[in-house]
Amino acid sequence: MRNTQATQLLFELAKPGRRANMLPPSDVPTTPTEKLYPSGALRHEPLELPELSEGDVARHFTNLSSLNMSVDTHFYPLGSCTMKYNPKRNERLANLPGIVDLHPLQPDESAQGMLELLYELQSYFAEISGLPAVSLQPAAGAHGELTALMAAAAYFRDLGQTRTKVLIPDSAHGTNPASASMVGFQSITIRSRADGSVDMDDLRSKVDEQTAVFMITNPSTLGLFEKQIDQIAERIHSVGGLIYLDGANMNAILGIARPGDFGADMMHYNPHKTFSGPHGGGGPGAGPICVRDFLEPYLPVPRVTKVGEAYRMDADYPKAIGRVHGFHGNIGVLVRTYCYIRAYGGKGLRNVSEQAVLNANYMLARIRPLLPVPLGERCMHEFVASASKLKKERGITAMDIAKRLLDYGFHAPTVYFPLTVPEAMMMEPTETESKETLDAFVDALEQILSEDADTLHAAPTSTPISRPDEVRAARKPVMRWTATP
Amino acid sequence: MQPEQLKYNPSHEWVGVTESGGEKIAVIGITDFALEQLTDLVYMALPKVGTKVTAGTEFGEVESVKAVSPLYSPVDGEVVEVHDGLADQLEQLAADPFGDGWMIKVKLADDAKLDGLLDYAAYKQQCANS
Amino acid sequence: MAYLFNTSEDISAMLATIGAASIDELFAPIPSHLRLTKPLAIPAALSELELTRRMGELAGRNTGVEQAVCFLGGGAYDHFIPAVVDSLASRGEFYTSYTPYQPEVSQGNLQVMFEYETLICQLTGMDVSNASLYDGATAMIEAVLLAMASSPNRSRVVVPDSLHPHYRQVLETYLQWTQFELQTVACPDGVLPGDAWSAALDDSVGCVVLSQPNFFGIVEDLAPAARAAREAGAVVVGVCDMISLGLLASPAQWGADIVVGEGQVLGNPLQYGGPYLGILACRENFVRRIPGRIAGQTEDRQGHRCWVLTLQTREQHIRRDKATSNICTNQGLFALRAAIYLALQGPQGLRETAEHCSWKTDYLRQSLQGHERFTVRFEGSAWRELVVQDRAGDVAGVLEHCRQQGVLAGLALGRWYPELDDCWLVAVTEKRTRDELDQLINRLNAVPQSSDLAHA
Repeated sequence: MRNTQATQLLFELAKPGRRANMLPPSDVPTTPTEKLYPSGALRHEPLELPELSEGDVARHFTNLSSLNMSVDTHFYPLGSCTMKYNPKRNERLANLPGIVDLHPLQPDESAQGMLELLYELQSYFAEISGLPAVSLQPAAGAHGELTALMAAAAYFRDLGQTRTKVLIPDSAHGTNPASASMVGFQSITIRSRADGSVDMDDLRSKVDEQTAVFMITNPSTLGLFEKQIDQIAERIHSVGGLIYLDGANMNAILGIARPGDFGADMMHYNPHKTFSGPHGGGGPGAGPICVRDFLEPYLPVPRVTKVGEAYRMDADYPKAIGRVHGFHGNIGVLVRTYCYIRAYGGKGLRNVSEQAVLNANYMLARIRPLLPVPLGERCMHEFVASASKLKKERGITAMDIAKRLLDYGFHAPTVYFPLTVPEAMMMEPTETESKETLDAFVDALEQILSEDADTLHAAPTSTPISRPDEVRAARKPVMRWTATP
Repeated sequence: MQPEQLKYNPSHEWVGVTESGGEKIAVIGITDFALEQLTDLVYMALPKVGTKVTAGTEFGEVESVKAVSPLYSPVDGEVVEVHDGLADQLEQLAADPFGDGWMIKVKLADDAKLDGLLDYAAYKQQCANS
Repeated sequence: MAYLFNTSEDISAMLATIGAASIDELFAPIPSHLRLTKPLAIPAALSELELTRRMGELAGRNTGVEQAVCFLGGGAYDHFIPAVVDSLASRGEFYTSYTPYQPEVSQGNLQVMFEYETLICQLTGMDVSNASLYDGATAMIEAVLLAMASSPNRSRVVVPDSLHPHYRQVLETYLQWTQFELQTVACPDGVLPGDAWSAALDDSVGCVVLSQPNFFGIVEDLAPAARAAREAGAVVVGVCDMISLGLLASPAQWGADIVVGEGQVLGNPLQYGGPYLGILACRENFVRRIPGRIAGQTEDRQGHRCWVLTLQTREQHIRRDKATSNICTNQGLFALRAAIYLALQGPQGLRETAEHCSWKTDYLRQSLQGHERFTVRFEGSAWRELVVQDRAGDVAGVLEHCRQQGVLAGLALGRWYPELDDCWLVAVTEKRTRDELDQLINRLNAVPQSSDLAHA
């Protein structure tokens, strides 16, 4: 029952003369704009935008939405992305008048409630991380990495030290090395051992006085807690370097272990993951960072402070790296984060991680007999299975399984990441799924593995489209609609 | 060119040397094995004529949908010719990697470097082991 | 608990399958000396009813633009948002999905990205748009870094000081870790100084940034300045207001190579500064280095037209330390809102919105004519924003007086431009009525002569 008419492109649905949005007649004199502006600055050709009625627009986008899988409609065990339920109350509360309609530059006196919320949120972030100083400004996890690396660079500059290297394990997200490059650091890859932990010999051979920062994701992208973290931290600190914790996987350790207690000097959160964002079809995220007190002077400005009983947006920090965002960061996401944290409270947050880890281990226990999980009998909040053996024996790849899962009404796990596991399938159930859902997923997987290879190669067959030709898309890219193709 | 007569980088670039007007000219491309590993190529970046290249450093790159692979020069010298239009006909590269799929020609600065490269047998052995 | 499922029976059954005695056992991989031994010091859980009260109470201590009369601008604007935008964008199928890693079950999001990219190209006259970045300021950074990467052997970035001060601050923050040098050209008359601009340009300049309108709301013919920059071999980055493009020449026309902008104005709420929408579009020759995600058109196995993420090799998850940018997430939900907004507006709606902003700004200018205390500071032709000078020099007093009367009268400029500390910036969108503009004038007329005057 797909409505193919309404899901044509906007530009194909358009018809000259259709109108949707209308303004009231002007209540001030309508001086011709030619008299107001230099001719060279004015548009002389008609603007090429589609012309549609409101009904066209509503039906078009409603139908498009039905072509997506989402957390609201499907189990979405996309590893590393923490696709948990996004509470409806957060949407309502973040859209309250007095919250959603605040201008970023309005006087502090007229935004005391918002500033109080942000100030409290800073204290929650500090408490959960064990790192006392917070900046809410970074707009995404990668932006938080970049901001913290800048703060670290400013700290070393202040000490009169030139440090050039950032060390990063081979299983890390690509954003880590990319962020390091943007701050002028050289990325050095540290090998993982067969069990997924950092190869300490490799680390020792690469740490020296040039080491600025060691970036680590802990729990790692393999879903394992790096037990040597305190030894790593000791080694890095002994040469004067800093530990950065990529907080992508905080959902496993809320209230259980704190980065500041296990050696990290700085970290970011991904509130769209850990604190139920939501993900918005690719964003927005947010990337607040927490750092140790000696790094506080370098955090970006402005920052939320409290003077007496009054809250302020304060830009008066002479050693600050500057500003990293047009305004104060992704406040709308942070408001939802605040609501989420308040709905759970301190004890509840610990329970979130306990249930997330329970769900992941349950799934792992049920999947291990079906697919090899190369690293670990147990996991934290996620684990990585491998289709490597299946590929050799039956020509079935991780991609084939992923695609067939779609036919069974499940979103696929993350595939081909981390790069260190061949034919990787990274699964993260999150805490907001029931045992019944996890069972149904594993049953589907079992069924799929009993199907013949051709069925899997042909999958998916029940989705709005079959597998798209990505080679064609990349060879001769078509990145916009044009009237004459 | 005959694969048996070429020299190879361990990183899968081949090089064949011809003479032209008393100059030694190295013709450079990538092997059929590399192309198979990379899967369908979607993009290629090659240097401009006049670019200096040195053995072991990047002179360009090829991309598949999900991977980027740098191209490493097997020799030292200056680029004197670039295969025009190859980037728009990546099928040609796949169809004949050792012939019509050549990428650049380099005026050799030092042909002694060629001795450090793999010969056909050694390269085949490397591929078989990988 | 708030959003959890497992009953104690479930938990026992699951632990049995796992072969663990307790949940605590699952955390054994975390060495005990690294664990937190006390509960988090965060207040106890609130039910939905309590949380709703708490949020209502916090919201009640803010004055949003719906309660006051808002003349605040400076990069974020109180434009009207049609109900359709909120209604469609709040569909769970949009906001609870993620990056379209599985295109077969993400055609909705991918098609929206493709439509958004097309709409932005239509507005700006550029060839290619990405699927969005964080906000206007960070989009400008990405554009500058893209421009500099495309200009080997050039080290300078030249901007006028009429570019948004926050954008210049972000630029300083990012460039201090590169070998690039930022040069700022002063605009004492509020517009680009022709000679000083040309004098700043030579073959060491890799990139210039021009903005239309500029931070003071002034619309200029930027073609000569862009031409001078291109003749010097620099890449021209244009910072544009997307609503103004309903009325103003496209940046492609006046000579921009890369266009960026703050997409908040396209149907996105103010929400105290973010999330907003970073727009970035460029000419074809930059496409292999453009940051951020891009949706492209292709066909599926049955030959049906469809969309996928494309040119992914530019991105950090493949190229890692050699990537164009470190950016990973985008602002998909806000790009969706912008696409819905533009689809509702159409060419006529966008033009009329831009015209209303012109007329209302002009009405304010006319209303201030001959005023004994307040005057419009710059000559240039203003669009949606106007610099007003208080001859009595008490901007803080004026703004506070108005605020207490329910009017957010604008932004004091002294914090960014010490030479303009007797000026403030007033923004007038299509939402402001004649009554509200008259109210502003009345409030200004009623401002008491400042006590500060005594010691001025």
